[in-house]
Amino acid sequence: MNLIKVILAIPFLVMLLLPFFNTKGKGIIFYAAIVLNALLSGYLAIQSLGGELTVFTFPGSLVTGPINLRIDALSGWFILIINFVFITGGFYGLFYMKAYQTQRNNLTLHGIVVVLLHWALLCLCAVQNSIAFLIFWEIMALSAFLAVIFEHGKMATVTAGLNYLIQSHISILLLMFGFIWIAFKTGSYDFNAITAYTSEHQGVAGLVLFLVFFFGFGIKAGFVPFHTWLPYAHPAAPAHISGIMSGVIIKIGIFGMLRMITLIKADYYTIGLIILTFSVLSGLYGVMLAIMQHNLKKLLAYHSIENIGIIGMGIGIGCIGLGNGNIILASLGFAGALLHTLNHALFKSLLFYTAGNVYQATHTLHIDHLGGLIKKMPQTASLFLIAAIAISGIPPFNGFISEFIIYSGFYYWMHDAMLGPLMAIIFSVLGLVLIGGLALLCFTKAFGIVFLGQARQQFHHEVKEVPFMQLAPLYLIAFFIVLIGVLPQIFLNVLSQPVHLLSGMTMSSNLPWQGEMGKLLQPVTLGIWVFILITGMIFGIRKYITRKRNMVVEPTWGCGYVAPTPKLQYTASSFVRAYGKLFKPILLSSKTEKEVQGIFPSGGSYETHVYDRIEKYLIDNPIAAYKAFLGRFLFLQNGRLQIYILYGIIFIVSVICIPLFYDQIVLFIQFIKQI
Amino acid sequence: MLSLFLIVIASAFFTGIIIRTKSLASGRKGPGIFQPIKDVLRLFKKGVVYSETTSFVFQIAPTIYFSSVVMAMLVVPFGQSKGIISFEGDFIFFAYVLALGKFFSIISAMDTGSSFEGMGASREALYSMFAEPAFFILMGSLALLTGHTSFQEMFASLHIGSYISYALAILGTFVLMMVAMIENSRMPIDDPKTHLELTMVHEVMILDNSGFDLGLIFTAGYLKFAIYGALVVNLFIGVFPYHYSIPMFFIIQIVLSIGVGLIESFMARFRMSHNAQFIFVLTSVSLLIFFGALLILGKFA
Repeated sequence: MNLIKVILAIPFLVMLLLPFFNTKGKGIIFYAAIVLNALLSGYLAIQSLGGELTVFTFPGSLVTGPINLRIDALSGWFILIINFVFITGGFYGLFYMKAYQTQRNNLTLHGIVVVLLHWALLCLCAVQNSIAFLIFWEIMALSAFLAVIFEHGKMATVTAGLNYLIQSHISILLLMFGFIWIAFKTGSYDFNAITAYTSEHQGVAGLVLFLVFFFGFGIKAGFVPFHTWLPYAHPAAPAHISGIMSGVIIKIGIFGMLRMITLIKADYYTIGLIILTFSVLSGLYGVMLAIMQHNLKKLLAYHSIENIGIIGMGIGIGCIGLGNGNIILASLGFAGALLHTLNHALFKSLLFYTAGNVYQATHTLHIDHLGGLIKKMPQTASLFLIAAIAISGIPPFNGFISEFIIYSGFYYWMHDAMLGPLMAIIFSVLGLVLIGGLALLCFTKAFGIVFLGQARQQFHHEVKEVPFMQLAPLYLIAFFIVLIGVLPQIFLNVLSQPVHLLSGMTMSSNLPWQGEMGKLLQPVTLGIWVFILITGMIFGIRKYITRKRNMVVEPTWGCGYVAPTPKLQYTASSFVRAYGKLFKPILLSSKTEKEVQGIFPSGGSYETHVYDRIEKYLIDNPIAAYKAFLGRFLFLQNGRLQIYILYGIIFIVSVICIPLFYDQIVLFIQFIKQI
Repeated sequence: MLSLFLIVIASAFFTGIIIRTKSLASGRKGPGIFQPIKDVLRLFKKGVVYSETTSFVFQIAPTIYFSSVVMAMLVVPFGQSKGIISFEGDFIFFAYVLALGKFFSIISAMDTGSSFEGMGASREALYSMFAEPAFFILMGSLALLTGHTSFQEMFASLHIGSYISYALAILGTFVLMMVAMIENSRMPIDDPKTHLELTMVHEVMILDNSGFDLGLIFTAGYLKFAIYGALVVNLFIGVFPYHYSIPMFFIIQIVLSIGVGLIESFMARFRMSHNAQFIFVLTSVSLLIFFGALLILGKFA
């Protein structure tokens, strides 16, 4: 109980202290606050994963009613993920921010909002009262906004930040609608009221309520078509904030959905199908656009949408299991989703941090300007490679494990499915396979163009590896990526409580799904170990046989051409050109081209841009129409002071005069009503 | 265990037979069927040339590619006899382990900085992406038909009885063979013997590999062909005892390799720009198989 009070007090202490220290002191306090918060909340979270609930009630106020804080297994799992990402991200951020040392006030603000963000996310996991939830949600949205626009000198950053801010308020609007609906019907803001209301009103009410929350949380999570803020906000933010955003902020949307699944009683079969549809679309659309991106961080941002899709597929399967009363199917789905949430937090934050290293070293994120960085930054390159393999869902790393569980869910569902579900299964599997293949295309492109080959552009400054301390948290993340890959059992044991909670099983010692999961994953783990063993053996043999062979270093074979320049290399655009042509109907790409002409040709150029089709039709076009409509009233805003005073006078006169005509107005209304 | 030996033996002569068939078809005598193995052994003895552009990725990639193929081989069963590793969902593992090998072969090609190899890498990534859905839907249909999700159980409980199932087996063979062609970069997707780098897919990716590494890549290619051959064989031999199934295995492998040789002798490669569409057609064929499976199970009722 006191622990919770300490956690609640930490950000206020930081707010008071941070402005009065020098840059180094700020860093220490900032990081100490995050670690302290993480340790305290982590302690409670670990207890909850062991099956021990932490419940604490604040008296609250007249409006809110008592505010319950409860850390159950689901909160525990997300709290641990949040803490891990903030501990590694915060440490990385300390070094990443060194370049901005001179902006002292800006750094103070940044430190405070990051601590606040961490704190708000933790509270969101625990709070059980809708008003308090909305307040924390708002704190989270605002502090994330401030964290994103750290470089607010740049116009693009502010635009991206505002885009994020507006969209996250649409999310809040939807959530508010859902919560007020419940409060209006039951008179209570407690989360238990949601369960009470929906179990009384079976049928459409529960479904619609769930969908309201699904869309609300979906905006935060970045489901297609609510994803449009994501590809702007991620590249605009500093690298550690991008990692945190992709790692946990969008996951809080997933958390919200899962929390609602534990609360709302509704027809989960239909809900499952709806989630599945959105997820498959998100997954495919995200990766399709990711491939065409030229900005490394934007590419990664689109990949977050893809991975949210994969997580959503797991949730969808889980819901269908709930709806069918099939506990094993439900646990397969939820276990896959929860594990992928962790996995994505790991490899995506690692990718963003390595992209941050690249940015620090080269000051650009344009893929086609980079190249050959593996020789200058071998450690960053290796870490990026590990994360790239993991995110493509390829063994022996963690991405494969969660995707394998989700695949198993689909094939398990097949056993007793009828025609309709079978169609859903086969197209979801088709989607998941295509996602895997496209991710492979995308990350071979990203890794190959950025790190391999020769530098495509000469930089005026020295390109060098970042200091080891900055890489240390990255190694820690990579360690976990490998650990989950080779020993997933540990993490699945930890997952047993949250999965129980979600699949609606009573806490009993008899855990049917754990045996199933063990049976499922034991041989996969064995396979991965055998694979690592074989690879090691072949390396050994290769080393032994070739130890006396002579090795020559020569230029790359240029098919007879002896003076190749780095400009002759394949670029990112050319690597995906065939793909771009094939998917042209879906992608909205434009190109500007200046062909090389004449006997003594001058320079030619070729540029392609890809725009988001959904963004165009769902966001841009309506906004344009709205602006056009409002533009008709532009004559009112003509900048002449006299006219503005006239408006004021008209307003005052009408305010005074309208009551005089009250009776007449009433008469007129009655007359209209009679007609 | 049995499958491992059989695949290794089959891989020793498979490519040799293809080359011999092509030679005979074009009126030459051609090399012996074990010439590819001899070539590989010679490569193993040679020194190596590395490009100065390359990094460690280029040096580890062939080994990982090879071991991924070996790992995939361990999963493949032979009729009633399990592969060395066999479990529920092992075909997912099979496909994803091969994908790891592909990932490394693609980035190792990009490591050289050669535009030719980049081109090959781009094509390889695109084609393999399109080939995978066909494989997964085919396996999904088999899983649906048999109620199992491991290679061995699926193949062992596959009964070919009705007309529909004959049709399905033929379509399945077609899909598997085409996937094999794509995975092994043979005609009609890719022409391994083309003389122009611009028209290659797989060959152009390994332009800079030499010595032991090149030997590994070649060996992996031979094994891969035999693995897919074994999968095709598995479609038919589920219930037969070994004294029928083992000869059948070799007969089918030889027929397949002669078939590949004949196709390569008398057909031209598809237009490179149309390959992707063609490969995606495979997915619709495998969807047909899926619908056939639904028909057999009476799900349309």
